[in-house]
Order: sequence, then structure tokens, then C-alpha cells
Amino acid sequence: MEMGEDVKKLWKRIGYTEKVIDHFMHPRNVGEMKDADVSSTVGSVACGDMIKIFLKIDESDRIQNISFLSYGCASNIATTSVMTEMVKGKTLEEAKKLTFKEIIEELGGLPAIKYHCAVLSVAGLRTAIAKYEVKKGRRPLDQDFVMTLLRGVLDPMTGRDIVSMGKVKSVNIRDETIDVVLNMPEENEISKVIKVEILDAFEGLDVSLNVKFRG
Amino acid sequence: MPVKVPVYLDNMRATKVDPLVIEEMVKYMQEIYAAPGGEFGHSMEEEATEALEKARQKIAWKIGAKPEEIIFTSGRVESNNLAIKGVALASGKKGKVLSSKIEESSVLRSLERLGKIGFDPKLVPVDSEGFVRQDKLEEILSGAILGSIQFINPEIGTIQDLKAIGDIFEEKGVIFHSDASWGFCKVKIDVRKINVDLLTLSSGLIHGPKGVGALYIKEGTKLQPLLDGSPREFGLRPGMEDVPSIVGFAKAVELITEEDIARMRKLRDKLMDLLLEIPDTKLNGPRGDRRVCNNVNVSFFGVEGETILLKASMRGLLVNTASACYSRELLPSHVILAIGGSFEQSHGSVTLGLSKWTTEQEIFYAKDVLEEIVKEMRSISPLYRRS
Repeated sequence: MEMGEDVKKLWKRIGYTEKVIDHFMHPRNVGEMKDADVSSTVGSVACGDMIKIFLKIDESDRIQNISFLSYGCASNIATTSVMTEMVKGKTLEEAKKLTFKEIIEELGGLPAIKYHCAVLSVAGLRTAIAKYEVKKGRRPLDQDFVMTLLRGVLDPMTGRDIVSMGKVKSVNIRDETIDVVLNMPEENEISKVIKVEILDAFEGLDVSLNVKFRG
Repeated sequence: MPVKVPVYLDNMRATKVDPLVIEEMVKYMQEIYAAPGGEFGHSMEEEATEALEKARQKIAWKIGAKPEEIIFTSGRVESNNLAIKGVALASGKKGKVLSSKIEESSVLRSLERLGKIGFDPKLVPVDSEGFVRQDKLEEILSGAILGSIQFINPEIGTIQDLKAIGDIFEEKGVIFHSDASWGFCKVKIDVRKINVDLLTLSSGLIHGPKGVGALYIKEGTKLQPLLDGSPREFGLRPGMEDVPSIVGFAKAVELITEEDIARMRKLRDKLMDLLLEIPDTKLNGPRGDRRVCNNVNVSFFGVEGETILLKASMRGLLVNTASACYSRELLPSHVILAIGGSFEQSHGSVTLGLSKWTTEQEIFYAKDVLEEIVKEMRSISPLYRRS
């Protein structure tokens, strides 16, 4: 449906550019990818901001195909959609360098209150690439990697990732067993949500993951 | 015949002003524009005063009050602030101030403000339909100065039992204020039959002008004014009365009929049934007579509210959401969380408010538009696939 003038005014008031609207209304590369080499879920149901990224990588380490699913607002959809366009065909090394600021620039701007959506899109891409590298044995399954994945998990009360919020008390890795200990009491709603999201973040990796609470 | 857009179903926040109200108001802008005054005024002043007092009388009678128990304010938020802070400051002691977890922000923020100057704010929980837990209220009553419990919840339509709550407060000598904005003229209220000391009334939700409201103050209730100035409105609210708006407010009160309410209730139930046909949709708040006649609130699982709102707006359907993304604070609805709802239930919640002009055709349109959007957004939702 074509946009009326009054609708365009509404968008302007919210602070979305025409490009944001276009990607929101007609998202590119959307949908589940059945033959993906790796997928990655970041964000939080609790924040109302979650994406899942699928990657298909070719022999020369290029992103042959990328797609996404979204549970979130208009800018969540738009930033992830434009991100997929920006990295499709790029090598993994090139894609890793993409920043959230470049996504915002590409969209012609975003309201400051929605910057975190662009941050989440980049987190989704980076964790997917990191998982791919671990799966291929090119990168060790170490502390650094685990923290990268945990940076994609959000604290619902602030919308910031649990690592920078100081919620991660410790990470212990023995062979294929990872213990993540969180600085939170186990029995509250938020802890339950965060636990599910951590398990989601490690989905597809051949590890046994234990999420523990020390609140 | 295609439906005429926009289909405005955001009447829990603001309503269209009735043309008959506007007609009445214009007279007090173009012809009788003098300041309403005291006992010895010039002719136009007298006319303005007469209009003001007539309006006061109409509003008082609607709730079984005396005219001198009604003061006019700039609206719901001012009335709530004046009632809560005014009573607390006039009490001369620093005690508990009580309210519920699902109040609107002007009540919650007023309590927070009182908390900063030595009062002790306490919020009582509600049950899964939004009704105040009276047992919990009784537990925290001792030492309370004031209790403020809304009549109707604007998000989920719950009608509180003001009679029962008033009796609880009365027994312990706690002053009782209620924000009745969303119930005024929709649910019968008689201040002679319930133990309520202060009642907030609003014009903008009943097809009257915005920016005007009233506060019922039971005779003998001590209140400290928040603003200083001329001794208008029985010395409780200085500043010249906005006569056109007040006259419009009173006209709006006159215009709402029992038939309007019955029709809204019927359409509300129809809309509820239609929306619940959409899979994985949950009704928030009670049904039947315990819910205000014009409110519907549902949660669509796996979909985020801002997206629904914006997509619906593009198709001319105007609704509201409690999604965090759409709120200025980026926080999920405190109401949905307080009734035991999940974060997902909060983010996917949509509030639809009917008016006396809402038609059946509009209800069907709302259902069709929302169903399509929900289906589309669920097809790309990582969450919906999981559940």
C-alpha cells in the first residue's frame, strides 16, 4: 500500500527516515534459512528486541547468503534488514568490521533512542561469525568467545548486554563443558528469561552449557 | 461500502470533541468572553459566572455531589496531583500514602514525590484481572493518611469496587481519592453511596475538550492548594477558569446516554470475540460488567506492539500499545506485569478504545487489519516459531 502524506508525517515525527520505513515495510533477506552453516540468536524477549541471523558461507569465506528473523520494533527490522544487504557477498573478515554507526549512516539516521537496535544487528552478525569460526575449528572455544556470545544477551531491565551490566560473575571452560555463573538470584522472572536466552545464544554448538546463579 | 479511514480506536487516550460541545464553547469565546468574577461584576462577567456555576452544577449532579464540592482544574493530571499532594501536605504528619501497582503515572509519580519529602508510599498488588487485593490493602493500612485507587484502569478496563475499598479506608480513617477519569459518564457513580473523599473527573475522554477537568472534594476534606494566586475555586485553585472549556465539559457530560454505553458494550464484546479468534491471543483484564464499556486489550504472542501500531496506522487503524519500544522510557507495561503477565505478553499488548461513534463495520475492519499484521509479523518472528 502506498503511503499517504499523513502517514509520512507520522514517521517523520517518530524520527524514521524513508529508508528505515522502506526496510521496515519490505525487509530484505527475511526468513529462516534451511541450509544455513550457522545461526545466532541475540537480544531478549523481555526487552521486546530479538533477532536470529542465518549465514551460508562459501569456500572462499564469503557470505554467500544471509537471512534473519525478527521480534522487535520497526527499527529492529530495518537495521537488521539493511545490515544483511551491507554484508552479503563480503568476506567474514570484512563483515566483522561492520559497525553499528555504519548501519545508522546507511539508513540516513535513526532516533537516538533506537541506536541499540543497530547495536543488536551487529551483535547478531558478529556472534554468528564467531560461532562459525568455532565450529570450523579456526577459533578456540575460550573465554573470549563465550564472552562474545554473552554480549548478545540483554538484561531486560536496562536493555544493555549482561556482560557490560556486570551480571556475568565467572565463566569456566573444561573441554566441551561451559559453566556460566551469573550475579543474580535464581528464582526471579528475569533470571529465567536470561537463562533461556543464554541457552539460545549457544544453540548449534556442540557443548554442554550450565547456567548457574549466585545472587 | 469501504470503511472510512482513519478508524480511530484510541479513545482510552483522547476522544473526538462532540460538534454540539464545540457549538456551545464557541459562544463563550466569541460572545461571552469576560472573566467570571465575584458577586459584583459587570453584565458580561455575570453571564460568564452564571455559565461557570451552571456547569459546576451539572457535573456535581452527575455524581450526586453538591456544586460547592466541585472545583475545576486543567485536567486529570492536575486533579490527581492536587488531591494526593494537597491532602498529604494538609495532614500535618508524615505517614503512609497508599495506591495500587496499576495506577497511571500522575498518581505513581505524585506518590514518589511525597516519598522524597518524608512520606511513605506503598503500592498494593492486584489480582490477575487487575482488581486490588483487598486483603493486602488491609495489611498495610495502619498509619496511612491517604489511599488513591483508580476507578477504571485505562489499559485493561478493570472497574475497581470503590464501595468495598472505600469502606476499608473509612474504617481506619484513611482519606480516599480515586481517579475516575475513565469511568466518568460510563459507569454510574454516586458519591453519597461510597466512602470516597476526592474524585478526579476528566473532560477529554468523554468527547469534551482537552485541558479541563474537575476534582470532587467532599465537604470538610482538608486540602492544601499547590498553586498560589487569586482565591478562585474556593481558594484551592487560582488562575482564571477556562469558561469555554468548562461549559464544553458540562455539555459533554449531558450528551452521553445510556444507549451509547449499551452500544459500546455490545461492540466491545464483539471486538473481543473477533480478536480472540486470532490464534495465540490473550485477553488482558476482566470481562462483562466488571470491565469498562469501551476498552479491549489483547496480547498477540510472538509479535511486538510498536510494529503492530505502525503497520496498523499505515492502513488507517489507530490503536495504542504498551510495548516497551513505543514507550518513552523503553519499559514494558507495569500494568501487564502487575497482573502476572510475561514480558512477551506486555510487548505484544494492544489497547483498543471505543467511542460512542464506533461502528460495527469499524470493529470488523480492526480485526481484519490486526489479523493480517499479526500473521505477517509472526512469519518472521524467531519467537513464534519456537513456541
